[in-house]
Amino acid sequence: MADYLPHTDEEIAAMLAFLGLSHLDELFDSVPEALRLAGGLRFAEGAPEPDVLAHIEQLADANRARGDRLVCFAGGGAYDHEVPPVVRALAGRSEFVTSYTPYQPEVAQGVLQAVFEFQTMVARLAGLPVANASLYDGSNALVEAVNLGVAASGRRTVWVSTGVHPHWRAVLATFAAGTGHELIEIPLHEGQTVWPGDDGGPGGTPGVLVAGYPNYLGCLEDLGEARRRCDGYGAMLVATADPVAAGIVRSPGDWGADVVVGEGQPLGTGLGFGGPYLGLFACTMAQVRRLPGRLVGETVDTEGRRAYVTTLRAREQDIRREKATSNVCTNQTLMAVTAAIQLGWLGTAGLAEVALRCARGTRYLREALLELDGVSPLTGNSPVVREFALRCAVPAPVVIERMADQGFLAGLALSDLIGGDDDGSVSPDDASHGLLVAVTERRTRAELDAYVAALDKAVRG
Amino acid sequence: MTSETDAKQIADAAPRPAAGGRAASAPLLGRATEPTIFELSQPGRRSVQLLTTGVPEWPVDELVPVEHRRDVPVRLAEVSERDLVGHFTRLSHRQFSVDLGAYPLGSCTMKYNPKICDAVAVLPGLAAVHPGAPASLTQGWLSLLVELEEVLCAITGMAAATLQPAAGAAGELTGLLLMRAFHAANGEQRHRVIIPDSAHGTNPASVTLGGYEVTTVPSDERGCVDMGALREVLDTDVAGIMLTNPNTLGLFEEEIAEIAAAVHEVGGLLYYDGANLNAILGVVRPGDMGFDIVHMNLHKTFATPHGGGGPGAGPVAVSERLVDFLPGPRPVRRLGGVSEGNTFSPSEFAWVEPSRSIGRVHSWHGNALVLARALTYILVHGSDGLQRVAERAVLNANWLRVRLAGVFDVPFDRPCMHEVVLSASTLRKEHSVKALDVAKRLLEEGFHSPTVYFPLIVDEALMIEPTETESLQTLEALADALEAIVVEARSGDQSAWAAPRTTPVSRIDEARAARTLVATFDARR
Repeated sequence: MADYLPHTDEEIAAMLAFLGLSHLDELFDSVPEALRLAGGLRFAEGAPEPDVLAHIEQLADANRARGDRLVCFAGGGAYDHEVPPVVRALAGRSEFVTSYTPYQPEVAQGVLQAVFEFQTMVARLAGLPVANASLYDGSNALVEAVNLGVAASGRRTVWVSTGVHPHWRAVLATFAAGTGHELIEIPLHEGQTVWPGDDGGPGGTPGVLVAGYPNYLGCLEDLGEARRRCDGYGAMLVATADPVAAGIVRSPGDWGADVVVGEGQPLGTGLGFGGPYLGLFACTMAQVRRLPGRLVGETVDTEGRRAYVTTLRAREQDIRREKATSNVCTNQTLMAVTAAIQLGWLGTAGLAEVALRCARGTRYLREALLELDGVSPLTGNSPVVREFALRCAVPAPVVIERMADQGFLAGLALSDLIGGDDDGSVSPDDASHGLLVAVTERRTRAELDAYVAALDKAVRG
Repeated sequence: MTSETDAKQIADAAPRPAAGGRAASAPLLGRATEPTIFELSQPGRRSVQLLTTGVPEWPVDELVPVEHRRDVPVRLAEVSERDLVGHFTRLSHRQFSVDLGAYPLGSCTMKYNPKICDAVAVLPGLAAVHPGAPASLTQGWLSLLVELEEVLCAITGMAAATLQPAAGAAGELTGLLLMRAFHAANGEQRHRVIIPDSAHGTNPASVTLGGYEVTTVPSDERGCVDMGALREVLDTDVAGIMLTNPNTLGLFEEEIAEIAAAVHEVGGLLYYDGANLNAILGVVRPGDMGFDIVHMNLHKTFATPHGGGGPGAGPVAVSERLVDFLPGPRPVRRLGGVSEGNTFSPSEFAWVEPSRSIGRVHSWHGNALVLARALTYILVHGSDGLQRVAERAVLNANWLRVRLAGVFDVPFDRPCMHEVVLSASTLRKEHSVKALDVAKRLLEEGFHSPTVYFPLIVDEALMIEPTETESLQTLEALADALEAIVVEARSGDQSAWAAPRTTPVSRIDEARAARTLVATFDARR
């Protein structure tokens, strides 16, 4: 018998007596007898914490791909960046961890101000004037961005570059079943989106264009090309961006994106098998009243002191119900606070330094790998800054299994990401043999050299 | 060593706290305004330290083509590590939390979050695993997810579940898309989803995003779905109904079996909003009530910390006939897989795409570390402990209901489940003190406020959910504080209008925040 309940038997008896009851069962008299669960739940009884911890530790031990056993070269929106002790200590403070949505702002200034600072940082990264308080993850932020774009343009046709992460495109398609958006995937050639000609594309005039910067294959694309098309069509430009790469590459907002979304995991959140992560969302002021989810604004209290509160609440589900801009309520606030702390730790120079180190490692490893027999480029001469795709002589899943035996999580198999072999981003043959490799500032030259030697063996017949 | 007798004597001699367990956090909260981190910044100051890697140090202009290169660095704050720690620690002192004191915020289930779950969430074997690593290298994670799915299905009485949705509202939309796919597979296009007028705002918002129109049914005088009104709006155009049971008034929908039969009769599905699942753990299961789709809020019922507004997790469980539509890929235990003691066969668990899947709803596999925390909580409590959770939660809420019956109006004066909805209607009419004033005044007493002005169908609503982890002494202190506020108001003392005064800031000018929008530091005029 294990739990966290304070009630003594005497107190329970006294409380029941206060209610005029004699047994706890009577509390549930409003539940029809026919529906009651006879004999209670059918699984194991409770166990003390140490027993449960031992069980979970066994499960954790069965994960070969843990970072202390396999050196991580996998990316695809989830990266093995440095999260220093100071960030973990501050982000783990129980005031941030065990509070909830700031419905009573007078006792929630801590979270509110941290989110205000987060919004400022995200807006600056994106090159846009306003950012929200977070969404679930990159893919869900993209769904919201497309909803905003359709509402703003008044057209449901959405051109989505296949350079957008395949999982994110899959999530977009799932939710389009409800909203009725018509998604049209635009192919890549050597890592660059080939937008339809000026005579128009399939599905009529698009209301929204979506492009990746960098795209999921790691390539930087000419967003100006997408912007020019948007201007011609009167369409909204949505860019998916990486917040670390943003340390050295142009902001999508600078290219003219109307909405910038991204996966915020690289900002202080660990790999955690995919969650909880952090959806980043920034947009132009023209669209602020269509912004999904929470937004923190600065104001004053009755004594004129600076104070923070969630604002433009008339957009939100608890006020507007079926006419809300989004159904988001609980988001990823703790990860947003964590990102603010991480960016505070990095500072202006630190963010640029991390991005630069990723780019250096990426270049060093890519050049060395392309020297190997059995390895060839997959995205032509497209510029890459934090990850890159290669074509291996043997199928990528096989390479990954072999590299695991050498102590590496070698990367991601494009066929796994795409969930098939032909999605327009790469050819079917490149999909089955394509390996996506990410290099962060945590990878040493010795690790990169060892990786090259291991891959040299892994790509042979 | 002290003997047990000695220890008892010492305990007896010690002064007893006036109201043991009373939260007294308000005086502890920081009152000085904290500058933003941007105002603490000094150019050139830094705290970052990175690993020595030995990678060649090419300059940026050899790495990024000029047309893609950032010409001005992203401006961030420049602070020392000491300043960073000071800033965020001071901010934390301006934040109420469950760890500080009682947080009876109705509908949010702000129970104590056991620390064992924090320990689980930082295990390197869970926390340092890349989500894209193949199943052969992540058997432990797949096993954990399958174990959680199985236990959630046992709790809800459903056949299978997806763990992908990141929060309750994400679960709702997933459920509506499941509804849509189910009807489409039967060659039907239905247009309406029924929602009671007491529903959470996320329900109607999700219905719209699911491509349906909302039909609202009123509550009857007992606070439950009006069966007559429901039958009037039911026809074959109805895709389904979304219900919270117990509902947002904290009342069990006693006619749920009749509702289920009537909705199923016209071919509709029943969606269970699990916001209030805490009330019925081990007592009654949504599956046994006739529900087809169930979302759970793991951050409510299974105590994963709310994080200041997330992360949560909103798994969706379904009945047998909807299993093939679940989001994919799903982690499954392979038939014939071998597991002996602690050793995993590398192929025992695998990712499988359901045959008629609606598709992915998350970038990866859901809020995985939240899921691990929830499993830990469930295993510690076990089948017996979860039932105790529900019993104590309902006991606490009813104790408050009876204790406060003469203090506030009780719109639906009968036994409640895990939360009680009171009303400050009389107080407002007779003394001009609103529910909002009561909420703000309560902050001064060191408690978080109840939810106010929800559900919408109750005038001046105060929705109190004490949860099972608060002691009788805390309930007494909370009730005493609420009663004192009412007595004060009845005596003509209008202090509540000016409340809160002891909190980090006093009442906030929310209209100004919206009127002169300043949502970033750069937008300050």
